[in-house]
Amino acid sequence: MAYEGDELLESVTNKEYEFGFTTNIETDKAPNGLNEDIIRLISAKKEEPEWLLQWRLEAFHAWQKMTEPEWAHVKYTKPDFQAISYYAAPKNRQKYNSLDEIDPELRRTMEKLGISMEEQKRLSGVAVDFVMDSVSVATSFKEKLAELGIIFCSMSEAVKEHPELIKKYLGTVIPRSDNFYAALNSAVFTDGSFCYIPKGVRCPMELSTYFRINESGTGQFERTLVVADEGSYVSYLEGCTAPQRDENQLHAAVVELIAHKDAEIKYSTVQNWYPGDKDGKGGVFNFVTKRGLCEGNNSKISWTQVETGSAITWKYPSCVLKGDNSVGEFYSVAVTNNAQQADTGTKMIHIGKNTSSTIISKGISAGSSNNSYRGLVQINKSADNARNFSQCDSLLMTDHCGAHTFPYIEVKNKSAKVEHEATTSKIGEDQIFYCLQRGLSEEKAISLIVNGYAKEVLNKLPMEFAIEAQKLLAISLEGSVG
Amino acid sequence: MLEIKNLHARVEEKEILRGLNFEVKPGEVHAIMGPNGSGKSTLASVLAGKEEYEITGGEVSFKGKDLLAMSAEERAREGLFLAFQYPVEIPGVSNINFLKAALSEVREHRGLPQLTAKEFLALVNEKSKLVELDGQLTNRSVNEGFSGGEKKRNEVFQMAMLDPTLAILDETDSGLDIDALRIVANGVNAMRSPERSFVVITHYQRLLDFIVPDYVHVLYKGRIVKSGTKELALELEERGYDWIKEEVEAANA
Repeated sequence: MAYEGDELLESVTNKEYEFGFTTNIETDKAPNGLNEDIIRLISAKKEEPEWLLQWRLEAFHAWQKMTEPEWAHVKYTKPDFQAISYYAAPKNRQKYNSLDEIDPELRRTMEKLGISMEEQKRLSGVAVDFVMDSVSVATSFKEKLAELGIIFCSMSEAVKEHPELIKKYLGTVIPRSDNFYAALNSAVFTDGSFCYIPKGVRCPMELSTYFRINESGTGQFERTLVVADEGSYVSYLEGCTAPQRDENQLHAAVVELIAHKDAEIKYSTVQNWYPGDKDGKGGVFNFVTKRGLCEGNNSKISWTQVETGSAITWKYPSCVLKGDNSVGEFYSVAVTNNAQQADTGTKMIHIGKNTSSTIISKGISAGSSNNSYRGLVQINKSADNARNFSQCDSLLMTDHCGAHTFPYIEVKNKSAKVEHEATTSKIGEDQIFYCLQRGLSEEKAISLIVNGYAKEVLNKLPMEFAIEAQKLLAISLEGSVG
Repeated sequence: MLEIKNLHARVEEKEILRGLNFEVKPGEVHAIMGPNGSGKSTLASVLAGKEEYEITGGEVSFKGKDLLAMSAEERAREGLFLAFQYPVEIPGVSNINFLKAALSEVREHRGLPQLTAKEFLALVNEKSKLVELDGQLTNRSVNEGFSGGEKKRNEVFQMAMLDPTLAILDETDSGLDIDALRIVANGVNAMRSPERSFVVITHYQRLLDFIVPDYVHVLYKGRIVKSGTKELALELEERGYDWIKEEVEAANA
């Protein structure tokens, strides 16, 4: 009676994605399968130096000896690695002539997010001429960064223009043999982003992959490397709130951050990839390895993430606190709806003295989804006076979804202080009714309640991102209470 | 204002309201009393549109409209306000943002212009004084960490902000000490007007010393079995409900 809008909402939000991508065979696409020849092909296509080819091949050999891990609390059919094409020239996305050809659901979501028409066109791959505006913005932006000595470019460009930096840092935080997917990425990564902030420079703007429009569509094996030299600061934004449709089911990215002495890196992610249909069919598998190294004393790395998309999310942005007094932070909101599965959390590895870490994880489960927090706090023998505070909250929207917490704590130094708090609550019918009784719609009520719950994390996002993320949370959970 | 005819409602398989008749005219204050389990809070919830109650018969008209056909939020926007017996906490949502969102919906529905930030704050300032609500409470999360008395004052504050035509107070006096009771009652009294009606649900006559009703009704087994003026409340205070129960049973026999 009271929620008569429900059916309408449901019909809209649960509507199946109508526009199946018909993949035309690209001329510039490698045949399916993975072997040394394919890796040589990728390296050659990208005109890479010999050392990088060897680096890839070694990763490939390591990968061949590894088996796909199974410890995460997720269920899926394992990808057939020989059925994937590992190289396709960029810009192989389907092009449209006008926005009218775009999936109306996708457009509706973008409109709700307040994304401008131009941006909508760009994101959905509509051929446009006035992207020129954005190009000029990006250009002046790049000039400004260059004046400060900041390097912000695609990984391919960095390999050519700054080989000494790439050679020095690539794979130093996440070794090629770190895990199955990191090894795979190291062997076949096609592009990604590179960012270097020189000594003492405070990057004056948020660095966002938004601005790298020329290099959009970096594909399924993305590689990101951010280096903050002594005393520098950078805030980096990854992803965007607009729904990302992708033909590639498997995404195995690697993100490495390095903070030198007195440097700070703030890395924010909003991930909203296609979650699949109501049963999770066709959604993206997001198996990403993200790790930051607080190399120098007094350095700081802060991960903030809002995860609403993908059929399966499997990621643990971590901090290795090597420098004395270094600080690691992890703020996360992970939403799962329908048949989505997420196993996400962080690892805080304390090595230096007086290191401290904070973990705030907010899981929201709806539909029949499963949402797990998995976190490791490791205090090594050398880490005198290390501190950690962890808080893991779960919010359940229905009575048939799941929330799980797997905290691991390893302490090898007696001076450590480790605190862990966890709560699980169900979104209250009473809370919603209270809001309705004050005149708010159900949609608005859920949005308020969920955003209130996730506030601690959303507050960590850069302002404009935070506002979009708030709307995104509301949209992801429309009509999901039950 | 409000006209209830032969209302039947049940929750799960249990019938709670069994042919309730009740009318409230503009500007009137009606008190509803009755022993535990007589259906007082059910009546409040049913009027506010809570989903878990199933209406099995009867009609309710509110300002000439079919109340039962409206969703809970429509009822609120039309001017029906329920001061909850147990106001819920909404962590992370500031009281002020909550009210702003609510007031904006309500004003839009009523065809009133939206308030500017300045006007809104002035209104908050004015109305929070009605219930002596500390300025800090308006900035805290909705009801989170509020004492029992603060929660009830906050309900009356919200009521004042949303300017309803019919306010239902569901045991607003429960859990209040005498000072808090006086503050809440003063807030309510300040809002009494020829256009606004109140339905005050209470267990105790005490509240009615402060909010003096025009009529007092006794609800028993889902029906109004006795109506009178404020003297009836005094009589109930003195004699309890047993004599009424006996009267009802005798009439049914």
